[in-house]
Amino acid sequence: MRAIFERELDSLMNGLTGYVYGALMLLFGGIYVMAYHLEGSIDFTYVLFSMTFIFLIGIPLLTMRSVAEERHQKTDQLLYSLPLSMTRIVLGKYLALALVMAIPGLILGLYPLVVNALAESGAIPLKSAYGALIGFLFLGMALTAIGLFISSLMDNVGLAAGACFMVMLLLYFWTPLTGYISDSPAASLIAFGAAAAVFGIILWRLTRNGGFALVFTAVLEAALGVCFALWRTRFGGLFAEVVGKLAVFDRFDSFSYDIFDLRSIVYYISVTAVFLFLTVQSMERRRWAA
Amino acid sequence: MIQVSHLTKRYGDRTAVEDLTFTAESGLVYGFLGPNGAGKTTTMNILTGCLAATAGQVTIDGFDIFDQPAQAKARVGYLPEQPPLYTGMTVREYLSFVARAKGVKVAALDQDLERVMTVTGVTDVAERLIRNLSKGYRQRVGIAQALLGDPSVIILDEPTVGLDPLQIVEIRELIRSLGKDRTVILSSHILSEVQAVCDRVLMIHRGRLVASGTPAELESQFAGKITYRVTVKAGPLEVREALETVPGVGEILTRPDDAGRCALEVSVTDPAGDMDEKLSFALSDKRIPVLRLEREQASLEDVFLALTKDAGEQPESGKKKRRWRGGRRHESDL
Repeated sequence: MRAIFERELDSLMNGLTGYVYGALMLLFGGIYVMAYHLEGSIDFTYVLFSMTFIFLIGIPLLTMRSVAEERHQKTDQLLYSLPLSMTRIVLGKYLALALVMAIPGLILGLYPLVVNALAESGAIPLKSAYGALIGFLFLGMALTAIGLFISSLMDNVGLAAGACFMVMLLLYFWTPLTGYISDSPAASLIAFGAAAAVFGIILWRLTRNGGFALVFTAVLEAALGVCFALWRTRFGGLFAEVVGKLAVFDRFDSFSYDIFDLRSIVYYISVTAVFLFLTVQSMERRRWAA
Repeated sequence: MIQVSHLTKRYGDRTAVEDLTFTAESGLVYGFLGPNGAGKTTTMNILTGCLAATAGQVTIDGFDIFDQPAQAKARVGYLPEQPPLYTGMTVREYLSFVARAKGVKVAALDQDLERVMTVTGVTDVAERLIRNLSKGYRQRVGIAQALLGDPSVIILDEPTVGLDPLQIVEIRELIRSLGKDRTVILSSHILSEVQAVCDRVLMIHRGRLVASGTPAELESQFAGKITYRVTVKAGPLEVREALETVPGVGEILTRPDDAGRCALEVSVTDPAGDMDEKLSFALSDKRIPVLRLEREQASLEDVFLALTKDAGEQPESGKKKRRWRGGRRHESDL
């Protein structure tokens, strides 16, 4: 795992990727710090809140190559033939990406100290600033895991970057979008039913076992029907609620309101774990297909 | 040692490998021979754990590649069809990465690197970026990578593709020396290569093992009739008289020319007998000067062509055509 980690780090730092990402984050970090603090704001969390937008470009840039490039160059064959479990390989890659993602964030952490040292009046409250920075880094970690997963689905770096950017954009505007979901119980049922059908199709494509996927989807739909009959009122707004849970970026909001929300940290760790698991599965799937 | 039993791989409804069973012993070089698309690469990918099989079992030194992948893979070195090189690294960096990923101990790392770089002849380019290397050197780095960690089984998918003739000779020598105390499996669609390098040949056609054995065994097994091509300075009748009484001689075709010579094609029914000697003695007893005498036998190429023709076809029917193809093997010239 250490060898994989070091190689990934090496490729990030020897190529331009790591530096471009770092420059991007630090440049915009600097611009935001300057802009906010010249205006007299003493709230560093504003800077970080604005910086989450830069992840939309930063994360695809950072993660696009991670697996897609290996697949394109056929170096992934080496990974498959190594006496290492896929979990370790994915973890090694992820840790390198997470480290490169975190370094500019840590440098950003110096800015409040610099501002406080230079400020003539009104110091930045460091506790909330660093609390928010921790939240910011955990958000970055979760997004990096999502980016890694998207890269593992592609064998074209450009496509991986594009798809990752799209997903990041969608997640960024997730909450306003989920606002359009109808609150009626029937709409929830239909939406869940459609989601189950999509899941069935994915299952069919993955396993190439039409019968199994069909039966599984039918059972899922039937269970939905039964639940709906029993707890009809509970269905009101349920779909919007469930989908709302995926609002990765919005979890950061509480940090910018000066609340250190441990639940959000746990949430980010969970998202990271789920997407790393999915990445391992997507890599393992290649072993079964072609 | 590598044991493969009833290995099958299907892609949807296309069968790439079907019921493949063989054992590869240590100390021998095995050659997978088959036309493009025969299932060589698929088989090799399964043997190295890069691809999962639909059915069947692969064990390496007793470790199952699917159930105990870490132990099994640690004993295999693999050069895929396209060498998996990180082109942004130098040769030394790359090999050091592979060695560490394979779990080579830090203390033994430098020694192992030097060893594989020396045997593959890449020491001179150790500090160069892989992207700046020629195809031949890249292939060698790919082989070097497979040798790291001193695996007991080495699997090479078309190891000499893209190399110049001198490099091919070097790599073949390297493969032969590796095969002395290891199991080496290589794939190729080049017959002369397999003939030159391999102790055992596994012929694969449409995912099935159609023949296996030493190159000589395969040749004799599929040889059918052995024919002698003889040119003598005598008339056709004279020669027939001399040869017809020799035991083991079958049909004799004669083709006299204007200069008093006669070209013969002598079919032999008893391939084991010392027909070279019997024929030449029979002719010399009659004081017939022999200008040429050569034994003609099915070569590995003939076997290959016969087996990879359509499976339904009788081996006999391809024979007349086969006789006139190139690549004949002459065992004795007089």
